[in-house]
Amino acid sequence: MWKFLLPFAAFVALVVLFAFGLNPNRDIHALPSPLIGKPAPEFALSNVIDPSTIVSNAALKGQVYVVNVWGTWCAECRVEHEALLAISQQHVVPIIGIDWSVDHGLDKREKAKQWLERLGNPYSQVAFDKEGRTAIDFGVYAAPETFLVDRQGNVIFKHISGMTQEVWEKEFLPRIAAAGKGGT
Amino acid sequence: MSRGSHARLLALALAAALAGFGGACAETPAADLDDHSQLQNPELQVRFEHIAKELRCLQCQNESIADSNADLARDLRRQVREMLVAGKSDDAIFSFMTDRYGEFVRFAPPLSPKTALIWGAPFFMLLLGAAIIYRVVRQRSRMSLDE
Repeated sequence: MWKFLLPFAAFVALVVLFAFGLNPNRDIHALPSPLIGKPAPEFALSNVIDPSTIVSNAALKGQVYVVNVWGTWCAECRVEHEALLAISQQHVVPIIGIDWSVDHGLDKREKAKQWLERLGNPYSQVAFDKEGRTAIDFGVYAAPETFLVDRQGNVIFKHISGMTQEVWEKEFLPRIAAAGKGGT
Repeated sequence: MSRGSHARLLALALAAALAGFGGACAETPAADLDDHSQLQNPELQVRFEHIAKELRCLQCQNESIADSNADLARDLRRQVREMLVAGKSDDAIFSFMTDRYGEFVRFAPPLSPKTALIWGAPFFMLLLGAAIIYRVVRQRSRMSLDE
């Protein structure tokens, strides 16, 4: 009896393992964020468009908002830009951009500004993370990454890699609706 | 000079060259990969090197932040250095990293219910193998006795 059951059990176990492990829809580089359910890291950075002003998420408490971490050096960010522009046209929630500057040069702010002037600006505000510290606080390891923050200021979702209309409709809109959209 | 002493001299020169080359190799990484020089306090430098080797560079996933040239690894090295100089403990630095990047950022995650499978699997496999060998050997010795 055991002689037949054991190989069969092993076979079933392997099938289950492969069904999870070889799933083509699974991104093997995507990691679960420890930030989910925790307060969004606070930041107060200078504005890319107008360096004399500060972009801070403390001012956004009580609202649902999106944080999009991008960089002018990042090709995938260029790809997702059209989608972000289209999404921003819907005016669902504010989209805060964080320009993740990896080589810490002040001239990179100008580069980010030019990028937005040339391609259009989907962000309600854009922060200049000159030293990459806010990116570290958010646990960003591969731009672009997009976070959804609820009215209590907690991160409720994180999307790694480019934003698309499909991801927005499937992952973000339902969560925004559940979170009560924002300041009433 | 005899042939033997020539050979000995050559061997010595070779050994010296190799030793010099090896020494140079061992020195380069920390200084070469980084924009910053070594930490002034040698004790902190030792701790820095230990921590940097223990942290995964998430941009390249199989390299430590000590080995990686990625921008993020460089920024994380800066972070570790700053925390060391500020007098933070190794544990505080590791939890700073895992709070942001998750357990995956550590090459050797601490033993916890979640990681018990990772740590336990090799021992389980070893026991399983031993049990199988035990059974096979016993069966065979019984067979040979029966003959």
